[in-house]
Order: sequence, then structure tokens, then C-alpha cells
Amino acid sequence: MSLITTLARMEAVREGRAQPLTTVRHRHLSERPLAFVPLTTAGEAGAPLGALVGTDRDAPRLLIVAQPRDRDLRFAFLAELAEEIQPYLDSYADEVELEERKETDPETGKKVPVQVELCADAPQLLVPSAAGVAFVRLLGRSMRFRRTAEQDPETPFPAPARVPLLGRWLTHYGERSRVPGSCLLLSLTELLSRHWATGQSPLEDQHLGSLLAWIDPPEGVPGAEAALRAESERDEDGLLRCPPAGPATDPAFDNQLLAPAMSRYDAARAEASQGVAGAEARLRLAEAELRGLIASQLRPTWDALWHGVDLLRSLPEGARVAERWKRDRWSYTAHRDRVRAGEPPQPKRDDAVTAAQKLAARETAQAQLDAHEALDDPLVMAGRRLAGEAFAGEVTDVEMAWSEARVPRPRPLITVRTEDRPHLAERVKLHRVLADGRAQSGEFVGFARTDGAAGTGGADGAAGTDGTDGAAGTGGADGTDGTTGTGGADGAGGAGDADGPGRALVVRLTGGMGRGKQPEPGSVPEKGDRVCWTLFEHAPRGGPELPDPESTPWTHGGPPDAAAPAHGPEPDPMTEEDYL
Amino acid sequence: MIGADPAAGAARARGGEPFDPSAAAARATEAILRDTLHGADRGVVVDSPPGAGKSTLVVRAARELAAAGRPLMVVAQTNAQVDDLVDRLATADPDLPVGRLHSSDPHPYDPVLDGHASVRASAKIADLAGLDIVVSTAAKWAHVRDVEPWRHAIVDEAYQMRSDALLAVAGLFERALFVGDPGQLDPFSVVGADQWAGLSYDPSASAVTTLLAHNPRLPQHRLPVSWRLPASAAPLVSDAFYPYTPFRSGTGHGERRLSFGVASDGSGPDRVLDEAAESGWGLLELPARRTPRTDPEAVAAVAQVVRRLLDRGAAAVSERSDEPVPVTADRIAVGTAHRDQAAAVRAALTGLGVSGVTVDTANRLQGREFDVTVVLHPLSGRPDATAFHLETGRLCVLASRHRQACVVVCRAGVAELLDEHPSTEPVQLGVTVKFPDGWEANHAVLAHLAEHRVAWRP
Repeated sequence: MSLITTLARMEAVREGRAQPLTTVRHRHLSERPLAFVPLTTAGEAGAPLGALVGTDRDAPRLLIVAQPRDRDLRFAFLAELAEEIQPYLDSYADEVELEERKETDPETGKKVPVQVELCADAPQLLVPSAAGVAFVRLLGRSMRFRRTAEQDPETPFPAPARVPLLGRWLTHYGERSRVPGSCLLLSLTELLSRHWATGQSPLEDQHLGSLLAWIDPPEGVPGAEAALRAESERDEDGLLRCPPAGPATDPAFDNQLLAPAMSRYDAARAEASQGVAGAEARLRLAEAELRGLIASQLRPTWDALWHGVDLLRSLPEGARVAERWKRDRWSYTAHRDRVRAGEPPQPKRDDAVTAAQKLAARETAQAQLDAHEALDDPLVMAGRRLAGEAFAGEVTDVEMAWSEARVPRPRPLITVRTEDRPHLAERVKLHRVLADGRAQSGEFVGFARTDGAAGTGGADGAAGTDGTDGAAGTGGADGTDGTTGTGGADGAGGAGDADGPGRALVVRLTGGMGRGKQPEPGSVPEKGDRVCWTLFEHAPRGGPELPDPESTPWTHGGPPDAAAPAHGPEPDPMTEEDYL
Repeated sequence: MIGADPAAGAARARGGEPFDPSAAAARATEAILRDTLHGADRGVVVDSPPGAGKSTLVVRAARELAAAGRPLMVVAQTNAQVDDLVDRLATADPDLPVGRLHSSDPHPYDPVLDGHASVRASAKIADLAGLDIVVSTAAKWAHVRDVEPWRHAIVDEAYQMRSDALLAVAGLFERALFVGDPGQLDPFSVVGADQWAGLSYDPSASAVTTLLAHNPRLPQHRLPVSWRLPASAAPLVSDAFYPYTPFRSGTGHGERRLSFGVASDGSGPDRVLDEAAESGWGLLELPARRTPRTDPEAVAAVAQVVRRLLDRGAAAVSERSDEPVPVTADRIAVGTAHRDQAAAVRAALTGLGVSGVTVDTANRLQGREFDVTVVLHPLSGRPDATAFHLETGRLCVLASRHRQACVVVCRAGVAELLDEHPSTEPVQLGVTVKFPDGWEANHAVLAHLAEHRVAWRP
């Protein structure tokens, strides 16, 4: 946890209310997201109990499994789920725009531009918590290898139409959600805790109810108290007033209400199958009772989820969010194309090359996300500055200089006075954004002594720098509180009177000034300008290309075994009905 | 240094039987070279404890392969390691044609290399074709395309290389010698990689883990002697971090000594320096307190210890020379867990007028060697013990950089903190559990340091 987050959490405790960590929203929120609130059955791994699903907050569709141990009922549930979700997923598939992309021509081996389709928007799934994301993955894993009667007339237990297809989509969404900054599948707890710091631990933040209680407590109730209530307050029957966001259920609910209702359902069903008079009516009654019970556990979470969406929508979207959402659209389009091309479902395990590619892509995405968030948001940048990864200040001197090459290039020296304490060493690369949005590179040259300004101790740093940003709505991160926090962080300054060799830094501009001998207008800051340099790159590049899976080297087991089926299910040798 | 250390012969085994470190190291080296040059296996793995002559081995293996008419590529992990290796190769054999493949950034390599006539540096592999040895980082090698594979490669610091980095370069060579220290910091990823845990080719695992999972029969060797660590440190480091692959110090008790020109003034820093000079270890313990990472008192204490070390005119006696050699600033390092701590220590040292002392994090101190190290304990002043702070490799690096003595600065209460925070990392199916875990290693080191404790008194 970064220092600024720790400070925000301490402030949240003091204020009794969550504190903003950002000034803008750093994730894309669809205008029409599909919310999915699932519940599972205790003691039966991965068996769904029920779900609320839909795009209309006032009219969710309730799906239940009256007896989760009955696999037919579970299948029926999944079929219904597919009927709800699949049309939503498909509804974005046909509205496309054309993009130009470089592709390798298979005949010439050259990169040639081709026109490809990119879906204009993409469907977005919202679940309440991180456990919900894991459950989406689990559903995807359990559904995508099923076969429908249409795919395989011989299959002994055909799955309803659309179930395998939804499994593939849920797998894709589950996998995409591991990419930092991706927004196809999001959990509300992660979204909210990215934007607000509560006065509780990150573990406690995974409880949607208590997280919302900190962010938006009822009038006159301190956040801590509201959170405690949301977490543990029970009614006279011992049931939680705020049911858990799932997919796990409250054991008291399971024991006191769910189990007896299920027994009644089972009894009525047994009687109905024997043709006992009136049993059909009792069965309907029992099922209706179960629907009511499960809905009572789901509805508060459903409402909380949309409450969270409202809170997030009140934040303006960050400037670079659309750029990242476009990558999500590419991801959606690419999977649409794979499905249309009739490709088999995703394999159970990644091969060595795929795993390495995914890891590399996610690391690049993480670096990019970190940079984007800081550039979009002065409050996030303040955290990076406090961590010594960036500095902001006023230009006090500009000295023109040129490189010693045959064709001299402008290499002006900029002196910046800053209260920040970046972790700099000679020739460290620096980056900043120009007014037109392009990036400019520079390198750290050294410290310059300021006139008698040095040696005043470090603790006033944050106060001065936060003012410079003029960050609207930074809430608790303004000067008054910053002082206390920085006192601790910069203690070395006070303790050893080690103010360092001054606070004016000299930066040599090395790029972003055009091609001529004279820098382009506006590309060199002027005296009195406020500038913000970062030590991190703004558009980090990905790693090198990896070999094709067919040329996996001997160190990694060689190419995947061609004899073994790369895709699709393989029955357990002992029990054929089980797919490993 | 292997096999070339005349003073090392006198070391005695703890059990009392005579132990000849030079002979033991020479035997290990011979076996490694035999497997590398004449073995049938595609890979040879060498585990090297801290300061066991890994670089010397790499240089020797590279020269012998080149001498046998087998051109080779060498993969190291950082540019500093590559430059150091090239410099050593060129120094050892000024006529050996060595290529330094580098990036296209400005100032891509150490200008020292320009002083070697036989070293050719280029950003393009085509410019280096035909040279006996080409050295570069794994990251740069991964961009090399369309070349005939080398018959031989040496992969240095293989335990710090990630599996996916090896995947990207393994197509460039047919067989390789993998050398590294299993006790140092494991490679890491800034994003979660749990979904691949347990797979033999988990891309976030170390290159050696993947290599051995797929090629379990490869010959594995071990360098048995640490030439860096003094007799006072080798047993602790070996027991705490290498419990199943013990190693010995190349020097005996009393062969290395630290002395001061100025007597102690009775302060905490002076007394802990005396203790460290006497026993090789010193623990300067500050009162228990929860602090921010850059604990001002602890940082000041670290700086004060360094200041006094220089002021008191420390001199080191070792097998390298007959006369005591002054311990100058460049022979001292300060190790921390975090970069902001290092920055705070640097600022504090500047405030005391000290310059030239290396101050860095464990990650960046890997592979380096000093006479005296001063360590800010990773768990000092912390309210919790996270996996990062408990990582075995971090403490191992910090505790094994010194030739003479190591002073640890720490707040009291770390033992209790450890007891309150047992390791809680989930057990993953198919993942070999690493021994010792950081919790155990931390306790082992603390127990030993407790015998050399000096309470802080300014």
C-alpha cells in the first residue's frame, strides 16, 4: 500500500467517512452494463443456488435452483442464464466500425495494412465482488466443454443450446478481467476500493455492504459504525440484515430458512412424482417459497451494486479511459471472430508460450495503467510524487544548449525548483506530457543550489506541492493534512538535517522538440512554467516476440505433444462421465 | 579466485577433520568443466552460494569453450553484470575476441569496455558475427532473430532469470551451462501469476525451476566454498539459507580481522562496531516502535554507524595482503529493503558529510561484495510481516555481501512480530515448497544476531 493510500485511510478513520483516492473515474462504465449477482450452495463446490441478472436495475430476472443437488435443475438454471446473458453479449456484435491494422501477408511476409472490423461498443458484466469474478470463471470452466445434442448427437447428457457458448464467453471475460485496467468484467468492490479509501483493511473492503457504508454512510452515522452494522447486524431471528454479497450465503440463512424450505420442496416433488393428490400445488408453493427466500438474499446485493454504480458515475471519466476501453473492444471483437470462425473452446491450460505471452501482456498493461492513471489524475500523480517517482515544480531557469553531433540537436537545460524528493540518479530518464499531448523525454543532470532556500527541513513539502496542482476536489489530500503525513516520510530531512544538495533540479531535454536545430515552439518550457516530470514511461512498450508454440524450446518441454488433443474434453479413464 | 588462493588452505572444518577449500573448489570446477565441455547432456546446472567464485567460473568456462573452438553466447540479466563479465573476460585474456551486444539507448554500456582492444560493441548482432564470445542481457538476446543457433551458451544468474525470459532466448542455443545462486531473490512479477502456479513452465518461476522440471536428469553441481564470507559468517548463512546444500568459508577464523585506529567512545555505534570487528556480526537494537518505512531514528543510526566506521580509521586484515588495508568508503555498503529507505539513508549520509558509500536495496546489491555492510533490517519498525519482507532471498542478500563484518540496525520486537505473522502464503498444488521459508530463516538470523546485540545509545 502506498504512503498516500495509508494517509487516506487514516484520514477516513478520523473523518468517519471514506476519502477519495482519485479525482476522476479510472475505469470505463458502460451505459448499459449487465449486472450478475450469483449465489452458490454451501458445501457443493460451484453449484449455483440462484442469481439476479439483467440490465434493468428495476427489473432483474431471478433465476433459482430449487434443489442444487439435482443436476437437471442446475442445467436448467444454466440454460436460463444463457438465455439472459447470451443475447446481451451478442447484441454488441454487429455494430462495427472499420479500423486499419498492419498484418503480415502470408505470401510476401510483409506487413500490409488491412481493414478490420472493430465493434463499436462492447458488453460489460458487473458482479458484486472479487469472489463473483472467480465464480464467473468457474461457470465458464464448467460450461465450455459441454456438448449440445446438435454438436454431438451421441452425447449421453446433452447440454441445452447456448450453454457451451456462454461458457466460452464467460471464460473469455474471466480471463480478460486478469488484465490490469480491463473493463469487460468488473467487480464493484474492486471498482469502489480503487476510487475511495476506507478506514478498514483491504480485506474488509471486499464486503460490498461495509465498503458502501464507509463511502456513503447513512446521515449522522460514522462510517465505522455503519460498516460494522452492514457486516454483522442481525435481526431478531439471527439473520444478517445485510446479506453477504455472495456467492457464498449466510450460514444462519442456510440452516434456518433455506434447508427447511428445500426439504418441503423435496417432499412435494417426491409426492408429485407419485401422483399424490394436491402435490403439484404444494410443489409450486414450495418453489415459490424458495424463490422468495433466495430473492430476499439477492435483492439487497443487487441494489447495493447499482448504488455503487451511481457513486462511480458521479465521477467524471479519466481522459485515457476510452483508449483502454478500445483495447477491451478489440478483445471482445477478437473473441467474437473466434466463435464465428468455429474455433474450439479455450484449452483447459495455457501452453508455455501462451502463458508467457499473457504474463508479458499483463505486465505491460499494468505499467500502462499506472502511467495513465497518474497522468489523468493529479491526486494519483501526487501519490507517485510522494513515492519519489515523479516531481512537479516551477521552471526557474532555461539554458539553451545543443548536442555535439555533426548535426547539432537542441538539448536545453531546464532548472526546476521542486519540493518533491524524487529518487534520482545521474542520467535517469524523465518524461513529461507536452500541451499537445505528446510525450517529451529528458534526463536528470544534477542538483542546482537555490539561493539560500535550501535547508528548511522537509516537512512542508506536501503543502507546497499540492497547492501547485490545483487539483479540484482532492478532498483530504490538500495542504493542511499533507504536512503531518510528509513529516513522517521525510523524517530524514529533519533528523539529519540532510536536505540533500538543494532542491533545484537540472533536466536536459532530449526529445519532443521536433527535427530542426531550433526546438519547435512550445516544446521547451519557459521560466515560470509549472512542469511535472515522471521517472516512469508514459507509453511502456511490450516485451519481445516469443517463439511459436510449435517451436517451444527444449528447456520448456519442447512443442506441445501433437498426439494429445490440444483442445476439448478428455474423459477420466475410470469414470467416463467426468471430464478432467 | 577458485584454486588460486594460497592463504585459504589453512581453513579447518568445524568437525575438526582437515578441509582444504582450494582443493574442494578445484574438484568441483573440474567436474563442471568436464560436463560442460564433454558431457552428453544439453544442460548443466551449477548452484553457487554467495561469493563462491561464480564469475570466475563463468570466465573460465567461456575461455575454455572458446579455446576448444566452440563459439558461445553468454546471457546475463543486467547490463551491469554484462559489462562486468566482458571486462573480466577481456582482462583475463586480452587477445580473446569478445562481442558486447547492447541496446540502442544512449550510453548503453560501461565505457571501460572501450579500453579493451579485443572487445567489439554493437547494437546489431550481425556486426558481432564470428566472434568467439558474444555477451548480452537476456532482454537484448530476446530480440535477436534469424541467426544460426549457437552450439553453446552460458546463462549467468539463472536463478534470477524468469522462466519466460529463458523461453524467449532458448531457441538461440543448443546446449547451455546455467549458473546462479538459488538463495538470492527470486524473480517476481508485478501482476498476479497464480493461474499458472504448479505448471512446469509457469512463466513467473525461475528459469532453473522450469529447466529442471522438464529436464530432471541434467547434471547439477555445487560450488562448495565461499571465498567472500568470512569464517564468522559462512556457517550462519549456510545454515539459515542453504540448510540442505551447506558450504564452507574459504578462510579460517582469525585470517580476517577488522581493527580501528581510534578507540571506542562508548556510544551505541562504536560499541556495535567493536562487537562486529570482534565477532563478524553486530546488532544495533533501537527501542521497539512502529515507524514509517523511512524510520528517521533508524536511518540516522545507520548513517552514524557508517560515519563512525570511517572516523575510527577501520583497517582490514585479510588473505589478500600482508598489511592491514584501510576500509575506505567504497568498501562499505548500506543495504535496505526499499528504495525510499535507501534514499533516506543517502540523504542522512550526505548530511554527515559521507560520500562514496554504496547505498542500495537488496535487489541492486545482488552479486556485489564489500568489506563491511550496514543493514537496515527489513522488518525493523514494521507493524506486519508481509511476504515481501519475509522473502528469504532478501535477507540472504543483505546478510552475505561482506568480507569482514556486517552490522544490522533494527528495532526491538522483530521476533515477536515474526511470531504474530506466520507465513500465510497459500500452498499451490504442484509447486515445490522452498526451504527454508523466510519466516524460519529470519528467526535463525535473529537468534544468531541476538548474541551480538548492542542497545542504542547515541
